[in-house]
Amino acid sequence: MNSDTINTPNSTSSNTTQEAILRAENVSVTYGSFQALRGVTLDIPKNQVVAFIGPSGCGKSTLIRCFNRLNDLIPGTKVGGKVTYQGVDIYGDKVDPVQVRRRIGMVFQKPNPFPKSIYDNIAFGAKINGYKKSEMDEIVERSLRQAALWEEVKDKLKESGLSLSGGQQQRLCIARTVAIEPDVVLMDEPASALDPISTRKVEELIQELKENYTIVIVTHNMQQATRVADLTAFFNAEAEEGGKRFGYLVEYNKTEAIFNNPKEEYTRQYVSGRFG
Amino acid sequence: MSSLAEHSPRKGQSLEKQVDTVRVFDQSFYWLAVIGAIGIGGVLLWIAVQIGLSALPAIQSYGVDFLTTTTWDPVRNIYGVLPQIYGTLISAAIALVIAIPVGIGVAVFLSENFLPNAVRTPIALAIELIAAVPSVVIGLWGIYVLIPFLRPFYNFLYENFGWIPLFSTPPRGNSLLTLGLVLSVMILPTIIAISRGSLIALPRDLRQGALALGATRWETILRVLIPAAFSGIVGSIMLALGRAMGETMVAAMLVGNSNQITPSLLAPGATIASLIASQFGEAGREQVAALLYAGLILMILTLIVNILAEIIIQKFQNVE
Ligand SMILES: Nc1ncnc2c1ncn2[C@@H]1O[C@H](COP(=O)(O)OP(=O)(O)OP(=O)(O)O)[C@@H](O)[C@H]1O
Ligand SMILES: [Mg+2]
Repeated sequence: MNSDTINTPNSTSSNTTQEAILRAENVSVTYGSFQALRGVTLDIPKNQVVAFIGPSGCGKSTLIRCFNRLNDLIPGTKVGGKVTYQGVDIYGDKVDPVQVRRRIGMVFQKPNPFPKSIYDNIAFGAKINGYKKSEMDEIVERSLRQAALWEEVKDKLKESGLSLSGGQQQRLCIARTVAIEPDVVLMDEPASALDPISTRKVEELIQELKENYTIVIVTHNMQQATRVADLTAFFNAEAEEGGKRFGYLVEYNKTEAIFNNPKEEYTRQYVSGRFG
Repeated sequence: MSSLAEHSPRKGQSLEKQVDTVRVFDQSFYWLAVIGAIGIGGVLLWIAVQIGLSALPAIQSYGVDFLTTTTWDPVRNIYGVLPQIYGTLISAAIALVIAIPVGIGVAVFLSENFLPNAVRTPIALAIELIAAVPSVVIGLWGIYVLIPFLRPFYNFLYENFGWIPLFSTPPRGNSLLTLGLVLSVMILPTIIAISRGSLIALPRDLRQGALALGATRWETILRVLIPAAFSGIVGSIMLALGRAMGETMVAAMLVGNSNQITPSLLAPGATIASLIASQFGEAGREQVAALLYAGLILMILTLIVNILAEIIIQKFQNVE
């Protein structure tokens, strides 16, 4: 794959060789009167892991929430530009955000299991997505295995999801997301609250999930990006006159290129830890 | 960064004294809280013991029969409170049947953003103000406004559904049904305020997590948010039930004070609280003991309700 085949702010070429499952075209997001993100254009290719990196407040979470319309929940949020999933504009009039979220799952920074049993944490999503009751045991086991949690919880599936450790809770949240078999899994700093061992498990998991899913992961951990991501997008926030800061995409390329041979000076400074 | 020490509030000569003040304050607050906590328990115990002692003559002479007989005859000094227990439970049950679904519904409605905040807050405030209306005023409203208003409806029930035992007596305004309806209004603010509070207190992540799995808004509310707030909601219901069973003024004004057990909700009845309120003034010595015995039973009923609530909450928390 040639790095030029991917949309970057510098290249206006839109002909991609790899099929893009998600595409942001000139996406801008404003919260009330505050523009958090400006003019982002990028493609997320199918079955790849894409990392979003950049300093705090540059709009990584904002962008990732555009992909499953979770920004809809924040009053006063406007999304400009176009976000397409398999060619369909997900902000189109006829699109039901509920259906979007069934295809595009999300794992949050803070583990947020439901105050239900471990079993029901997974069964809940599966049930509302129309999986049959008779398949439920199988789905629960399969997803917990995929999330590398089965061995630890198989004897206490009736216990509360909240009784697990933070790392286990996060893997439970990953399990409930993969249980509904989305096409894309969005992960917003999924390992930031985890110890190194749990983090490694989550990373291994991402590598495995890549077979079947497309993954977008926000991370502040450079090593993590180099370990798991095929492609990396670097975002930055810039102050315009008046002191307002807006986020934008600086550079988007193969992970290797971003870390070893960045085109932009900002990127080079950031990935080498000499930023700001 | 050298200025850190200069700005530190801990620098200077006042160091020791300040810490001393803080410690004294801390300590006295601690003891105040301890005394308060013990004091509240003590008062409760005192009330229970005192009522128990005063009721002792009645307990000795009527025993358990007091609970299972239906005569209340101050002339011959024969007392039984089965009709009152029945009336207390039935009117409270009517109130709950109405107030639970309405209350939880309104609580959900007011905790979600179905309405703009500018409308939601005044509505919530108005509902909470219902709780501030004195019960004697609510009783007057029941007599002069609600009963005339409901009369055609009661007549309709009796004429068309009189074959159902529940509506089998000619309607009098004062009845268990009227009391239950008014009690439902009175306990609504409790259910709404506490349920809404516990719904609002749920972490935002919970809702986002459900929606991110492709849950609709209603699936999120019914299957994640309400179960997560369950202990708060049950707590609100139990508080409300306690209030409904113990409500005195409204009961005395609206229930009809009739010493009978009939299946008909349209018939007048009595509750323990209304019995005590309506008879205490001119009661003789033995009657007072009987009334206090009735009061003790009301306290025990309320206690049982609260214990049941605890058990429900515990059970639920273990399962979930
Ligand atoms: N709900 C919101 N309402 C208003 N402004 C918001 C909201 N969420 C985010 N912002 C603003 O948008 C900008 C981008 O926020 P965002 O959370 O996307 O940053 P981020 O890149 O994810 O940062 P971090 O790495 O710290 O998570 C920030 O300036 C933030 O203050
Ligand atoms: Mg973020």
